[in-house]
Amino acid sequence: MSQSHKENYITKYIFSTDHKMIAKQYLITAILMGIIGVFMSILFRLQLAWPEKSFAVIEAFLGRHQDGGIMTPDIYLALVTIHGTIMVFFVLTAGLSGTFSNLLIPLQIGARDMASGFLNMVSFWLFFLSCVVMISSLFIEAGPASSGWTIYPPLSALPQAIPGSGLGMTLWLISMAIFVASSLLGSLNYIVTVLNLRAKGMKMSRLPLTIWAFFVTAIIGTVSFPVLLSAALLLIFDRSFGTSFFLSDIFIQGEVLHHQGGSPVLFEHLFWFLGHPEVYIVLLPALGITSEVIATNARRPVFGYRAMVLSIVTIAFLSTIVWGHHMFISGMNPFLGSVFTFTTLLIAIPSAVKVFNYLATLWKGNLQMNPAMLFSIGLVSTFISGGLTGLVLGDSALDINVHDTYFVVAHFHLVMGVSAVYGLFAGVYHWFPKMFGKMMNKTLGYWHFWITFIAAYGVFFPMHFMGLGGLPRRYYTNTAFPLFDDLADINVMTSIFAIVGAAAQLLFLANFFISIYKGKKATQNPWRATTLEWTTPAAPIHGNWPGELPEVHRWPYDYSKPGAEEDFIPQNIPLKEGEKES
Amino acid sequence: MMAILYTLIAIVVAVGFWKVVKLFGLDSVIANKKDNQYQGVMFAVVGVLFFDFVLYCFIDFSEVMLPPAASVEGEKYDTLYNITMIMILIVFFVTQIILFYFAYSYRGIKDRKASFFHDSRTLEIIWTMVPAVVLSVLVIYGLFVWNDLMDTSKAKEPLVIEVYGKQFSWEARYPGKDNELGLANVINIKGMNTMGIDMKDKYALDDIPVRELHLPKNRKIIFKFRSQDVLHSAYMPHFRAQMNCVPGMVTQFGFTPKYTTKEMRKQPETVNKIKKINKIRAEKGEDPYEFDFLLLCNKICGSSHYNMQMKIVVEEEEKFNAWLGEQKTISQLIQ
Repeated sequence: MSQSHKENYITKYIFSTDHKMIAKQYLITAILMGIIGVFMSILFRLQLAWPEKSFAVIEAFLGRHQDGGIMTPDIYLALVTIHGTIMVFFVLTAGLSGTFSNLLIPLQIGARDMASGFLNMVSFWLFFLSCVVMISSLFIEAGPASSGWTIYPPLSALPQAIPGSGLGMTLWLISMAIFVASSLLGSLNYIVTVLNLRAKGMKMSRLPLTIWAFFVTAIIGTVSFPVLLSAALLLIFDRSFGTSFFLSDIFIQGEVLHHQGGSPVLFEHLFWFLGHPEVYIVLLPALGITSEVIATNARRPVFGYRAMVLSIVTIAFLSTIVWGHHMFISGMNPFLGSVFTFTTLLIAIPSAVKVFNYLATLWKGNLQMNPAMLFSIGLVSTFISGGLTGLVLGDSALDINVHDTYFVVAHFHLVMGVSAVYGLFAGVYHWFPKMFGKMMNKTLGYWHFWITFIAAYGVFFPMHFMGLGGLPRRYYTNTAFPLFDDLADINVMTSIFAIVGAAAQLLFLANFFISIYKGKKATQNPWRATTLEWTTPAAPIHGNWPGELPEVHRWPYDYSKPGAEEDFIPQNIPLKEGEKES
Repeated sequence: MMAILYTLIAIVVAVGFWKVVKLFGLDSVIANKKDNQYQGVMFAVVGVLFFDFVLYCFIDFSEVMLPPAASVEGEKYDTLYNITMIMILIVFFVTQIILFYFAYSYRGIKDRKASFFHDSRTLEIIWTMVPAVVLSVLVIYGLFVWNDLMDTSKAKEPLVIEVYGKQFSWEARYPGKDNELGLANVINIKGMNTMGIDMKDKYALDDIPVRELHLPKNRKIIFKFRSQDVLHSAYMPHFRAQMNCVPGMVTQFGFTPKYTTKEMRKQPETVNKIKKINKIRAEKGEDPYEFDFLLLCNKICGSSHYNMQMKIVVEEEEKFNAWLGEQKTISQLIQ
């Protein structure tokens, strides 16, 4: 634990147990996976907008899965599957929790490192391994898994049904099993660290909202990820050992299969028992980061701290009892549909409370428009837009006609995709100095934000209307239906915005990697923030604080407190005589 | 179109590189009052553009949306949808306008001081209770509609039709004279008996398998869905109807067609939509399209998922009966 701990290249940069290094490893791995995921989306956006056109880029990258620069239907399905998997699990789950829980939990609660540095290291390397397995599945002959990121059997169980359900699916399942192990080790570590290693005076009621979000996220992760693992294991049994958990009465390729008595609906239950909490595993850290960034940059305490904590906990609890809203028309008993409608619309209440509190935090603030702040405001906007359409999808009756259409694609991309990515960017811009001791470029950050913001709405807002036009998702092309001919223009517009938006991420990549080397040196507390991480030295060290650990005397949001000289009072400053704790 | 695309990419990349080269290291890294001013104004400008874009979408894309429901139950769906959408739009505009306005209005310029006011029990209660009440209304109303749509037990003399999904086509089966569908299982699939109808079951003998779905107007139809291989979803958007087809079980959904295909073609919304489609098709040199009701697959099911469809014809009861009379029963087909 001590700072004098000897380090060589391997223990410092590769098998590091320092939480800050592990956070950086997570972030950079997630960025690399993100590049692959976004690139895939560009390939299938080309296909959707110009289905009969030949593209050199498709010819170059898709090898035997294309014909003269036009992709095959199977690889189209594979691309959407792997895009979804990569973005949901590898970028937004690992990239957000992995990076920021690791970086911020010890720094913001005043600990020298995670409870177990070793488990933390194992967790990262398992994550890395699962990335390697997932990427390797792209190179096998029959192509990667292609039954959608939800991998519903029987499609995912039978190689006869789609080529990607052969070795590709096996690798997908192995990769996810390793990922779940990684996520569990990480989550347990986060929970234990928050509970046991808080600095003196850091009561739970003085935790920054980031930590509350990471802590609660880790709890829902430990509750729900094992269920995905069990579903994956049962599916492996069905695929390889002839069991019938999910399969029954199937005739395919001229042959009746022996499977009897299983039910795909059971798989849907198991999958969404993770799948829905997963949305909040992705979102809560992003919302936590937003709370912190908005408060710091508005120079104002987060409005309704207690209500914010309460809504995080409520959302987490409710998130485990709403999974059935993905299954209203799965053949599940309609009465269950009613129950899940009720719980689902309940979850809108704490979500609304969070939005109103964000707005109230901005109100009468002194907004410092740093790039992180722009992304946080952007998050609130997309969270509202995407969240509201949840009222349509969460209502069992209304879900009937928009289920699995582009309306759903628009909804979840805005509410969990774009919002969470904005949270990720806000976090990177804000805590880059704590990771690398350097500052990121502001102007590039502004360009990055505005192009991304406009492009993301340009992509996903019109998609609602395609869905309302009855267009199902996961269609290789809409040209088989003259009914959808009038959607061609929207598809082209969407694809152009997607390409522009993706290109804007180059600005971020350039800014990120150049700043590591050429960025301006960071000062100790560049954003003039109150939380403990800014009391560590400007250049990060192993063990975090050179001397004693700080002692905490106040809550994390003493911004613009009347009577104070500065517009912020760090948490480790004792209360003045006669000063009341807020 | 491609030219515009490549130009846009080139512009973005060029701007990016220019900025990198020019600004790295020279720039200050923390927002100052000038930045706050510019970025705050940007929120105002982009906010206005954003609302313009939203309105543009609502106006310009209104034609691509589905025409009003063609089933009795679908009308209830549409009413619920419209009410929900109005509420969503009110909240959307109010909160987004506040957000963009605050971002602009409280930008950190001059000697602005932030307020320390950060807790109000009254406000928290208000913005918990208001959504709670509004959502309760939506939930209760929604559940009434849901029960209405899913409960087929009260239907008088319904017509039961089986819809059968398989990679990558649909089949359907009418119960024949006895008005009772016979048993079926994949083990019976052989030759002409593509739906696996159990010929030992006496109810099965007069069943009528077809490849095009015909429905009588104004009669409640109860669909029984089955699948041969993987999950499919029978999606009939014009009737606001959808249900998954699950191997190993029978699922069901019901509705009452309200317009015949001919009547639907004359609906003003349909006429407008088809006019627009045919204009686009004419530009591409394709044959004009005539409106038909459709059954689509809406659950990823394999390579040709995107082209798994069946035509639905809704007609007056007499015409429907005449059509059904012409179809061969499974017994006749197998012989």
